[in-house]
Amino acid sequence: MITVSVQKLATIFVEIADTLVDEFDMLEYMHMITERVADLTETPAVGMLLAGHRGRLEFVAGSTENVTLVELFVVQNEEGPCLEAFHTGEPVVNVDLGHAAGRWPRFAPLAVEAGFQSVHAFPMRLRREVIGTLNVFGDTPGRDFGGDDVTVMQALADAATIGLLQERAISHGETLTEQLQGALNSRVIIEQAKGAVAQARGISVDEAFTVIRGYARNHNRRLTEVANAVVTDPHSLQQLLDT
Amino acid sequence: MVSRVVGLAWRGVAGSVGAGRRVAAVGDRVDMIRNLIEDQPFPPGGGVGLLFRVCTAATHTLAASGAGISMMTETGARGVYAASDPLTERIEELQFVLGEGPCWDAFSLRRPVLVPDLGGVSPARWPMYIPAVQDSGIRAVFSFPLQLGAVRLGVLDVFRRRAGSLTGDELADALVFAEVTMTALLDHHEQATTTGFGDGLADAGEHRAELFQAQGMVMVQLGVSIGEAMARMRAYAFAHGRHLDDVARDVVARRLHFDRDRP
Repeated sequence: MITVSVQKLATIFVEIADTLVDEFDMLEYMHMITERVADLTETPAVGMLLAGHRGRLEFVAGSTENVTLVELFVVQNEEGPCLEAFHTGEPVVNVDLGHAAGRWPRFAPLAVEAGFQSVHAFPMRLRREVIGTLNVFGDTPGRDFGGDDVTVMQALADAATIGLLQERAISHGETLTEQLQGALNSRVIIEQAKGAVAQARGISVDEAFTVIRGYARNHNRRLTEVANAVVTDPHSLQQLLDT
Repeated sequence: MVSRVVGLAWRGVAGSVGAGRRVAAVGDRVDMIRNLIEDQPFPPGGGVGLLFRVCTAATHTLAASGAGISMMTETGARGVYAASDPLTERIEELQFVLGEGPCWDAFSLRRPVLVPDLGGVSPARWPMYIPAVQDSGIRAVFSFPLQLGAVRLGVLDVFRRRAGSLTGDELADALVFAEVTMTALLDHHEQATTTGFGDGLADAGEHRAELFQAQGMVMVQLGVSIGEAMARMRAYAFAHGRHLDDVARDVVARRLHFDRDRP
């Protein structure tokens, strides 16, 4: 059974609500959520997917971002807990991956191969609208969410949605579209920067992400801003490589 | 029959939570928009301008009064590149004359700026632009950046003479119009008769992350801009009769390397 620490939870809810700041970076925020949820649930991997304009669930942030994991998120456009949670608006929890091959013939074996035992997905809801999903992977058998924990996790996913869209500052659907499109484009910038750093350093794209993120943190700069500089300004790329 | 993709998820899913809804294939909408553009007549003044036809197709599809495409750069060079008609061209031009408006914001914020009712916007937001564009009879403006991650080339503006939001379908169409335009611009195909060659950027489907990673890698391999890197990958894919996402996967796996000396 997963036991959610009340103390950790309180801190996270405060952090999630703190988005009306000048330097709000949507991508940074999404990464923060996935990391906090991974920490809270003591699970090895948490990811966030948002619905793009083609009706696809697009991977936007992960507590870790290796290629295998990203594939697990992407394949869920076809089948998997995220697609189900997205379509029903209800959480999908405590699915034993070892016995899920019938339900998700493509997703389940991939997830098992990646070393996971269980999977959970929470819809990210704003009132009656579902804008994406939060995906939790477990690697220890028997660690299921209890009823209360599911309620807490769903509340967290909903609060994250409000924070993400800065709902308090907006009043209509247009802003939702604007923000999400902005976030999806930021994600593309990150991928471009990962490629550039991977090539220049002779490392993998996964390692490149760690380098870019580390640089942003050490220099107290926003992830998107650093990634953008890396791909638009050779001098910035060199600076990052020199550190 | 082209199946309609569920528009923006919240519009598609809003009110239908619990209903369960299957999402149509990615390529359908893109193909539909490409066909619409290619069916448009050529510009009246001669030439084969693809972007003019993007504007007329967008006007028609989005029930708009007009559409315009402006090119913008980081350093401030800017101008109207194409418009559906002379009046729309003047309206599009207004933003550059006044130095403010949704297209400026869409470009700088790197996201769409959707104004379904100009009358409902605080005058402080665009103090000169709002009265000027309203004088021309425009009630709603929707601006879509022509961008691909860090690459920014301009903005597609859609104008309407009546206030009101774009529907989910119209919004999805508009975003595809912007994407198709972006592809043509990246390939320097703005004067082409058809909507570019080979795969569109949207066709990468599952491999979108790899496509953009490969773009960053090719940028460094060739020492070119990030936009040019995509053009080179697309040209390579076309020349070798391969899918763009296969090429991207080979680049990321380091099976394929773009050299400065060889295309």
